[in-house]
Amino acid sequence: MFSLEGITDAIYSWLNSTFNPTIALLIEFAIVVVCVIGLFAVLGLVLVFMERKVSAYMQIRLGPNRVGFKGSMQTMADTLKLVLKEGLVPDGADKFLFNLAPFVVMIVAMLILAPIPFARNFQMWDINIGVLYVTAVSSLSVIGILMAGWSSNNKYSLLGAMRSGAQIVSYELSAGLAVLSIVVLTGSLQLSDIVNSQQDGWWIFKGHIPAIISFVIFIIAVTAETNRAPFDLAEAESELTAGFHTEYSGMRFALFFLAEYVNIFIVCSIGAILFLGGWMPFHIGNWEAFNHVMDFIPSSVWFFGKVFFLIFLIMWFRWTFPRLRIDQLLNLEWKYLLPISMFNLLLMTLMAIMGWYF
Amino acid sequence: MGVSSLLVLIFAAIAFSAGGIMVAKILVKGSKNPQKGQAYECGIPTEGSPWNQFNVGYYLFALIFLIFDVELVFLYPWAVVVKQIGFAAFGEIIVFLFILFMGFLYAHKKGALKWN
Repeated sequence: MFSLEGITDAIYSWLNSTFNPTIALLIEFAIVVVCVIGLFAVLGLVLVFMERKVSAYMQIRLGPNRVGFKGSMQTMADTLKLVLKEGLVPDGADKFLFNLAPFVVMIVAMLILAPIPFARNFQMWDINIGVLYVTAVSSLSVIGILMAGWSSNNKYSLLGAMRSGAQIVSYELSAGLAVLSIVVLTGSLQLSDIVNSQQDGWWIFKGHIPAIISFVIFIIAVTAETNRAPFDLAEAESELTAGFHTEYSGMRFALFFLAEYVNIFIVCSIGAILFLGGWMPFHIGNWEAFNHVMDFIPSSVWFFGKVFFLIFLIMWFRWTFPRLRIDQLLNLEWKYLLPISMFNLLLMTLMAIMGWYF
Repeated sequence: MGVSSLLVLIFAAIAFSAGGIMVAKILVKGSKNPQKGQAYECGIPTEGSPWNQFNVGYYLFALIFLIFDVELVFLYPWAVVVKQIGFAAFGEIIVFLFILFMGFLYAHKKGALKWN
């Protein structure tokens, strides 16, 4: 059957039978580089288009509909326009850091892709501390953001970066605790183990109420971590023009923008892996026929379907809730989410030890 | 692919970013204008240095974050084995979280979590 696993295996065996090992390895690396860059570019184009269309339909308007089929080429046109714009560096900016910041943000976004299982046995690096790796690497992006805000020689940029930094580090805690409650259930930090443990049902169903609480906390925390509305006060347009990337223009701005959308994809895929079973198909108890039909859908379709459902959820938030103030935002995290998630972790541990889950 | 995937990914990120910026540099014919270098704020020239004081609250939150983040790292190995060890691990984590929570309450009482 057609599957990503089959394709990679075929390419791998063909390379190793045709070339000597060193050249085969180099060609493999080149293919990975091209695939990852392609994934980034396609994700950027699709997510920006999706965001604009979803926003448009939620506000009862049409959104982009001129370029290409139903406006699907609009993002492509926008990217071309951005490439043709001059990349300015403001006077008095720290030139080295100013140029370095987009690279840092991009490298971090790229590195998190390493342990993510996109489909059955389709993973770059099945690292045994996958969850810890993802948490550790994703918290590095705040360095890039602070770098950008600090070096821009602009008051709004600096304020936006400080807000963004405070917000990201705060919400990382409750996201981490929510992730830990699933680790308690599976007893493994390896992402492939976590997906395999959900063969007979996803954790959000198997884990009872604590899993649902964890899921809700996780979604709130990652919405804040990716600076999305209603937590987008790092780039609140009406207060700080554009936050930490106010002074960026042309291609450097495009890189920040792309990294932002790729980060949304990444956190949603982590959410899908931990709570919604990653690439595991949807099974119901002993409904044999139903389960067989579900098995026929390729695992990559399941994975991307779940991820895009979560992304849609996060876009839905944007048009449902008004923006928070910074004190409200920090209150929400420190006075509500953090104690609740700590208590929830204890509840989950009790449940895991007593075996009160399916 | 193992650890080498990290190097490959870093290379891919640098190639993608640098490639985009280089292409833009080749294609764009910029013009010189003193207005272009000014900070994008509100139109009139900016006053003073942008690197001035900011709210001390950020610092306090960063400190509390540091404590809790280290705690979180301690919890990872615990979470992996808690199901095998059972109630002993559960009791210990209650003590651990209780002590931390006392510190959290102290910070709260001192007003470190209040934004003003």
